[in-house]
Amino acid sequence: MDMSTLQRYAAIYGALWRNSVTREMQFKTNFLLWIVVELLWFALQLAFMQVLYGQTESIGGWNRWQVFLLVGVSNFIQQLFTAIFLTNVNELSEHVRTGKLDFMLLLPVNTRFLISFRKVDLGSFINAALAAVVILYAGLRLDLHPSLLQFLGFIVVCIAGISVHYSIMFLLATIAFSTVRAQGILTGYYNLFNIARLPDGAFQRGTFKAVFTFVVPMLLVANVPAKTLLGFPSMPSQIGLLMLMSLVCFSASEWFWRWSLRRYTSASS
Amino acid sequence: MSWAAGWRKYGRVLVIGIQNTLVYRANFLFRASISLVPLLGTLQVWRTIFAGKPDGGTIAGYTLSGMISYYLIVNVVDALTAVTDDDWEIAADIRDGKISQFLLRPIDYLTYRLCLYLSGRAIYTSVALIPVTLFTLYLRHDFVWPNHPITLLLFPLSVLMGGLLQFFIAYLMALLAFWFLDVSTLIFIQFAFEYIASGHLFPLDLLPAGLQTIIFLTPYPYLSYFPAKVYLEEDSGPLAYGFAVQAAWLLIGYFAARWAWSRGLRRYTAAGG
Repeated sequence: MDMSTLQRYAAIYGALWRNSVTREMQFKTNFLLWIVVELLWFALQLAFMQVLYGQTESIGGWNRWQVFLLVGVSNFIQQLFTAIFLTNVNELSEHVRTGKLDFMLLLPVNTRFLISFRKVDLGSFINAALAAVVILYAGLRLDLHPSLLQFLGFIVVCIAGISVHYSIMFLLATIAFSTVRAQGILTGYYNLFNIARLPDGAFQRGTFKAVFTFVVPMLLVANVPAKTLLGFPSMPSQIGLLMLMSLVCFSASEWFWRWSLRRYTSASS
Repeated sequence: MSWAAGWRKYGRVLVIGIQNTLVYRANFLFRASISLVPLLGTLQVWRTIFAGKPDGGTIAGYTLSGMISYYLIVNVVDALTAVTDDDWEIAADIRDGKISQFLLRPIDYLTYRLCLYLSGRAIYTSVALIPVTLFTLYLRHDFVWPNHPITLLLFPLSVLMGGLLQFFIAYLMALLAFWFLDVSTLIFIQFAFEYIASGHLFPLDLLPAGLQTIIFLTPYPYLSYFPAKVYLEEDSGPLAYGFAVQAAWLLIGYFAARWAWSRGLRRYTAAGG
């Protein structure tokens, strides 16, 4: 992809952003209430961990503030994913049903790009910022001093984590081509986010750990970024694994997307 | 209207409700199965915590088996009583003016909705039974069965009352649609409180005493926590007290639902002209 294509796509994304801002500002109260809802659920997760650490000092080698940081990171990644992709991926089945997809296929822009980046959920950016505050506070309590390399590594693996969520969700949404009732599947995947904020040290070798590391890498998406910041040993291999898995997930979703498009015969015919 | 006619009428609603929900059984099966997966993770974390305790150690009176059984029972209660889309549908009926047809017909909206809720639960439970049974079998070594036969009577009773209470809470939240254009955020906020205060996230006895006192002033513990405690066979003293409070909340819920409906209707007809 050359520079001018990149510029063109950046300009398109800018226009989509402006549309989203206009849309959201029409319903200000609702906008604020949704932030409250998300904040409550975030607080709930932290409360759960607080209760667990009322009973023990350490869970699988993680102490209280390390796990708070993990919950913060998990929420940070989830909120950024929600902000950029969730609404869009959710709407894919709607585009198929209403025939809007046909229109988008005709536009001189990559269709997957257009579907994936159509709308931005601004409230979730605010929630992501609040998650960042929790990460920062936990970091202060732990007296962390991450090096520049650690910090850059953290950002890279966060992007990999978001990309994993996006790829899997997009893959699931693509099922909408064959059955219109894909909504339940997407909600189901959202359920699995609950696993991402659990400390991986609590899981010994077994089916659960294998599935949620190598098939649906839930135990990597937030744990690896958190451990990068915390400076846990054995990180390079884990970072590599998350990067690899995000690549695998993206390729799988792209392959399935193209395969589905080839079989797609529009809603009207 | 005679009782028999009433039974026939609402019996029909029940049957129609069952027929309509049957369409969603694949969806229900998926929903029930996938919601058990994160539970597996939570239970693993609890196992790790218990592993750090001396053998046979307890946490707030729970052994590892007690804790695992608690979570399982809470999930069973959830499958039996949680509202699926009832609150959204009621709110939509009000917002879109669909309740007008009920005002013209000799049918009571609360009873009508209760029938739909019960039929929805009947189908959901029968479908959810499959994954929940498999899950329980998988954890059978840690699952405790009740000792006293009376529990087989008391537990269903507490679940039934908890379910009705759950319905009234959802109904009341949905009736807010008479006053607010969009109630979805309010429903979600309420649900967040319910999630923690009903004991869904963890047994309430793990909370500090002061917080417990506050939570027990709300109806929430009587949705899941109390039925789970009945199953796990608490002393009979607090149990009788618990049933009394649960019944009291049920009555309050019923009258609040009737009252809110008539107040809301006054606004509704006013808005309709």
